[in-house]
Amino acid sequence: MALILGAAAMSLVALARSVATLTVAAPLVAIVIGAYVAAHIVVRRTAPQADPLLLPLAAILNVIGLAAVYRIDVAEPDAAYGPAQVTWTVVGIVFFIGVLLAVKDHATLSRFKYIFGFAGVGLLIIPATPLGTEINGAQLWVRIGGLSFQPGEIAKICLVIFFAAYLAERKELLAIASRRVLGFHVPDLKHFGPLLVMWGLSLAVMFYEKDLGSSLLFFSIFLVMLYIATARIVYVAFGMLLFMIGSYVGYTVFSHVQDRVLVWVDVFDPRYIQDEGYQLAQSLFALATGGLFGTGLGQGRPDIIPEVQTDFIFSAIGEELGLLGTSAVLICFMLMVARGLRIATNARSDFGQLLAAGMTTIFGIQTIIILAGVTRLLPLTGITLPFMSYGGSSLLSNFILMALLVRISHQSASAPAPAQTSEILMGGRR
Amino acid sequence: MQPQIRRVGIGLVVAFLAVFLQLNYVQIIAAERIAGNNANVRSLLQEYAIKRGDIVTVDGQRVAFSQPTGGRLRHRRIYPGGELYGHITGFYSILYGTTRVEDSFNDQLLGTSGVITMQDIQDRFLGSGEKGDDVRLTVHSQLQETARAALGANEGAVVALDPRSGDIKAMWSNPSYDPTPLASHEGDAAKEYYNSLDPKSQDSPLVPRSTLRSYPPGSTFKIVTAAAALESGRYTPTSVFPDPQALDLPQTTDDLTNFTNTACTSAGQIDLATAITISCDTTFADLGLKIYPQLTETSEGFGFNEPIPFDIASEPSNFPEVPDDQLPLRAFAGIGQGDVAATPLQMALVAAAVANDGDVPRPRLVREVISPSGGIVDRFPPETIGSPMSPETADQLTDMMVSVVADPEGTGTAAALGDVAVAGKTGTAQTVEGANPHTWFICFAPADDPQIAVAVIVENGGTFGSEATGGAVAAPIARQVMEADREISGW
Repeated sequence: MALILGAAAMSLVALARSVATLTVAAPLVAIVIGAYVAAHIVVRRTAPQADPLLLPLAAILNVIGLAAVYRIDVAEPDAAYGPAQVTWTVVGIVFFIGVLLAVKDHATLSRFKYIFGFAGVGLLIIPATPLGTEINGAQLWVRIGGLSFQPGEIAKICLVIFFAAYLAERKELLAIASRRVLGFHVPDLKHFGPLLVMWGLSLAVMFYEKDLGSSLLFFSIFLVMLYIATARIVYVAFGMLLFMIGSYVGYTVFSHVQDRVLVWVDVFDPRYIQDEGYQLAQSLFALATGGLFGTGLGQGRPDIIPEVQTDFIFSAIGEELGLLGTSAVLICFMLMVARGLRIATNARSDFGQLLAAGMTTIFGIQTIIILAGVTRLLPLTGITLPFMSYGGSSLLSNFILMALLVRISHQSASAPAPAQTSEILMGGRR
Repeated sequence: MQPQIRRVGIGLVVAFLAVFLQLNYVQIIAAERIAGNNANVRSLLQEYAIKRGDIVTVDGQRVAFSQPTGGRLRHRRIYPGGELYGHITGFYSILYGTTRVEDSFNDQLLGTSGVITMQDIQDRFLGSGEKGDDVRLTVHSQLQETARAALGANEGAVVALDPRSGDIKAMWSNPSYDPTPLASHEGDAAKEYYNSLDPKSQDSPLVPRSTLRSYPPGSTFKIVTAAAALESGRYTPTSVFPDPQALDLPQTTDDLTNFTNTACTSAGQIDLATAITISCDTTFADLGLKIYPQLTETSEGFGFNEPIPFDIASEPSNFPEVPDDQLPLRAFAGIGQGDVAATPLQMALVAAAVANDGDVPRPRLVREVISPSGGIVDRFPPETIGSPMSPETADQLTDMMVSVVADPEGTGTAAALGDVAVAGKTGTAQTVEGANPHTWFICFAPADDPQIAVAVIVENGGTFGSEATGGAVAAPIARQVMEADREISGW
């Protein structure tokens, strides 16, 4: 509770500093505080044994993101991201509360696994159909009326639920190693089928929606969950092979993939720096300008980075809050991942464990993909930073994801603890 | 499944640590190199976000101001005076940097010079509305206009200053340029104009002839030679010199002849005062030979051989070091020829020093720096930068210079200003073989209560061509400037 309020107070300061008229910012801050307090009360009422850190961590990241997004409005006269983002935050929290209230037992989700599976695939494919719209070169949007929406963000939750249920059911089967190849126990060939299907789906996303980030995310999450379920490293090895094939194909077929790699190799090459490499170069300039302490809120130039409010929000934070700010954000993300995996190990059922681990992993991998991209650790693939980037779909799906983790953690804590609980990562149990 | 989950956890932590290390690299280790990349426009945008201060003349005319653009570079620089103040304000250009006052007072104009008011703090927190300090020049707009009009189409320069305070009242050099196009945010337009100014040439309109070009000062330098002679204690205004038709130059078979190729007078001898009045070359060439060490010292006292401390860039004037085996060059140095070279600013300071009881005032182009709220942030008190002669010497020189203008035989009668006594000295300096001489006039007025000192140079005699003399070409220009100052300042 204190953490939530502290975070909210921080956002107040942050917003007030960067906005000329406090009167505009104050009601927005009040709304956000109110929403979080409501969410907190619902958690206390309906899931009292839930992990106490998840919601506050999400709140901290969210308000830092809000401040950064709001701050961009100040720099760009035409922008009005702040109020929209506050609206989406509130909608997200409403969904958070809704999911908490609706899903009393996460096990019920596994009963609808095929519905989730089809829904997930359907949502993933929709943007490639005539319903889809291309925005900024990637066709992952659906426009209904005036609202544009990224179905992929919801698809990822549906698919994780489906994978968790599917793998919980089949894990023994998939793990059977019937033959040995080069000293490895290798499962029957037919068990590689699901992996191939998933690979095909990822490739489809890459080809038809030109969205490298999502493609990579969907494939890797399946691979990780398959590994968790079966402990068969050979699946991972085979998956890597498929990934490399997919990457190579993507690289040869798409010029924009080649551009991404070229830019990654030498972003400061004068040939790219004003064109393909402009965005990444400006991101690095922002981070480098920030240094250790940052320029201070309101003192940076986030408006120089194109699309800073979505994929590059982290760079804007890095410019104004410095390495200290980015480290704080990084630590929050790590803590969330650690808590999520702890929830996974503590979950009673296989489905619960797989679901929590899958949710956490997709959250973690998504964070790493975009952070590695904007810092030029890996080639850039456009994807949102959970809880921080501007965008309704992303916020919504992350709040739903968080609600499911909260629910699982409550259920495992209120039931007798599993016998073999081990302490993992960051401090263990208390 | 716990072991697998733990391994996935470790994998994610490793990935996060990799991101953290990369952040350290980008934000700390390589930060300076990355942020220093030319394509990082942050510092430029930041600078252009500030409403740079105005540059105004002493009488309140805005000669440079920043105008909001509505673009990413939020302000652009406008110079309403066009080329009239180009060499004073300089320019503030994205492509070509900053020059002159825009350069030397950049911090003040950007408001980053140190004095911070409550308003500044408020503005800074809101990230907008930052405004730099205004810079108030010593230049008077009317006198500057007069200087331009008086010089007309002639190439050359006019420098006028208050001999007591060193305040530059007018400083015009022709040809000039308009700084506004150079400050344009459209790179191509700026580039086209810049290249049309022949930027690589010494004769480029970008180069202020007043401060960054030196010329042989010719006979105007005789004031320095006369000052050295008087300061040496070996001569007085009435000291008598031989008046040959030509001076026999040592170590050569050549002679040095007077301008007219005759003796200066018919009397067979000439005193120092008369030699100044009628600008007798042989006398001063002779002095150059006789008092060379003193002449070196005195000229350096006037400011030669050192950069003049000034608010904008200026070139040092040159008085040559002549070894014992090249004595003729000392004779030439005595009449401001040979390797002697002076900027118009330096020659204006020579006149000013005579006017100012022998002390050289520090020339001053900026009077004060004014904060946006109107308070004076910085002001620059008058200073003395050299004392090449005693007040007595200065008085004696003043008398000699007055007769240059007042004596019917004098060379500078064209500078006469009615009942006001003007002290002056003409110069007609040989340049290269075949080129017309540069014509000079240096002066101050009123002689008994100096208000203004002026130096005028007209390159290659201007419209007079080969017939040009300092008295005929440059003196009338100086007179117009003095006359205008008299009307403006009411002396």
